[in-house]
Amino acid sequence: MRAVQLVAILVSAVALSGCPKKPETLPDSGPTPTDTGASTGTSTGNDVGTSALGAEQQAIEALKRTGTVIFFDYDRADIKPEYVAIVTAHAQFLNGSASRKLRLEGHSDERGSREYNIGLGERRAQSVRRALLLQGVNEAQLTTVSYGEERPAVSGSDEAAYAKNRRVELVPTR
Amino acid sequence: MAHLFSRAVLGFALALAAVAAQAQLVVEITRGQENAVPIAIVPFGWESQGAAPFDVAEVVAADLQRSGRFAPLDRRDMVDRPTAGDQIRFQDWRYLKSDFIAVGKVTPDGADRYAAQFELYNVLTGQRLTGQRLTANTRGMRAMAHRISDIIFEQLTGIPGAFSTRVAFISAEGTPPQQRYKLIVSDADGENQQIIANSTEPLMSPAWSPDGASLAYVSFESKASAIYVQTLATGERRRVSARAGINGAPAWSPDGRKLALTLSRKDGDVDVYTLDLASQVLTRMTFDPGIDTEPEWSTDGRKLYFNSDRAGSPQIYEVDPDLPNKATRVTFDGSYNARPRMSPDGKQMSVVYLDRGNYRIATIDLATKAVQVLSQGRQDESPSFAPNGATIIYATQDRGRGVLATVSIDGRVQQKLAASTGDVREPVWGPFPKKK
Repeated sequence: MRAVQLVAILVSAVALSGCPKKPETLPDSGPTPTDTGASTGTSTGNDVGTSALGAEQQAIEALKRTGTVIFFDYDRADIKPEYVAIVTAHAQFLNGSASRKLRLEGHSDERGSREYNIGLGERRAQSVRRALLLQGVNEAQLTTVSYGEERPAVSGSDEAAYAKNRRVELVPTR
Repeated sequence: MAHLFSRAVLGFALALAAVAAQAQLVVEITRGQENAVPIAIVPFGWESQGAAPFDVAEVVAADLQRSGRFAPLDRRDMVDRPTAGDQIRFQDWRYLKSDFIAVGKVTPDGADRYAAQFELYNVLTGQRLTGQRLTANTRGMRAMAHRISDIIFEQLTGIPGAFSTRVAFISAEGTPPQQRYKLIVSDADGENQQIIANSTEPLMSPAWSPDGASLAYVSFESKASAIYVQTLATGERRRVSARAGINGAPAWSPDGRKLALTLSRKDGDVDVYTLDLASQVLTRMTFDPGIDTEPEWSTDGRKLYFNSDRAGSPQIYEVDPDLPNKATRVTFDGSYNARPRMSPDGKQMSVVYLDRGNYRIATIDLATKAVQVLSQGRQDESPSFAPNGATIIYATQDRGRGVLATVSIDGRVQQKLAASTGDVREPVWGPFPKKK
């Protein structure tokens, strides 16, 4: 029950804050929703599986709109205030169902030694992990991996590129 | 094959060996020694029918040229082509200002077998310095030429040549975040490239086993880091660590029995461990809450050096593997010392050193703690000593691309090795080949 409510809240929040003009047609979501706010949950009640999947997809879509990447300052692993909302949204998502899992992928910019940067990426992923645990997430729902500087989001050797690469990506998994 | 770009800069376009679709490495000497020794490597004679099976002298001349210590005479300036000592008219070569001359010939020595007989002379005195007869099959001709380079180099410098060694490195092609990663092994001159591993997920941190038969490396192919040990001759591969969190920075103990490695386990604390490869016994070496990583064994195997930011910035520490958690700090000069790698004689280490805002390769003399910065890039990393201790190979950037570079330990000779496409990085110099 709690999961459904949470999803509904998240989706309506998205609906208020400017959703896409055309609802996306998801391959497994049954009838094409005409209104994202009304399409969640168990309105028909006769096809629970399909509806639940639709709700899951929509919860993930909602996360995407809140943001799924947290960026960091040089050599820092503390979460800046503007990214707290992303942590909270993901904590609510995970608290909505124990079967939901999240992979925290830590990254660094390209400066310095590669294996040390693996350490920095891990430190950032752990920082996000701790923030999620503080919001009641079960640690069994979380895995971390550090890619260091090995998987940059963008190429380039200037501060603009570095800033985009110092990040933790929050990736829902099954 | 070598052609002159200018007086100081020579480039070699190294032709690719058999396998298609491999990244070509192009060697460019960016700084040579001013007093490079002039030497004539005369094209070897071929004492049989048809064309010679291989141009031995061309490979020898290219090796000596790349060392930066020798300036081989251009073939077109050779007025004579002696193939044995008794045919050398020393006056001619004095006139051409060559200090030394190597001559030789190749003869058939059975089915798909050839013998090369070469001699090295001092042009000024006419003295014969060395000479040897070596044999090889067609496939082994290039290796035989490198062996001749090694003998000439050692005779004239007193330092064993490292032309017969191999280098492992990582290549990355494609635009982030869609990249393809390869672990490649090539001869020290960039020839004979072999793809050891190939993945759409990152590959990193190759490390040669002390006997040169295997490579340990990190692969993210299972969407998490894991350390593999792969035997080069057979391709046989073993996953030796795939624990939760980081599995990284493998480094072989000198006896080849253990790997030092970095793990973060479940708690996320990044620490150095040792793993006994036979028994799988894991022993924790560091306990600090900071990042402890990039282990390296001392040459006698009695110490582990590693990088730790426990004091606020990356610095090198050492620990006795029998007394873990009793680490002492080694580096104090500079705000960033990372990725320690030992010289073969154990007297110095190379590190990544932050030099006025630029990450550069430096050596640290362990007795005096004197620091010498050897590279001039902005983001130089991954230093690795040649097994003769004369040269360090490292990764640098050139016009936004990752390339490999070498520098002699006195800083005087430098060269770059760039791939034809993509980035190359994390070079590791292999050990001397085993004597047969």
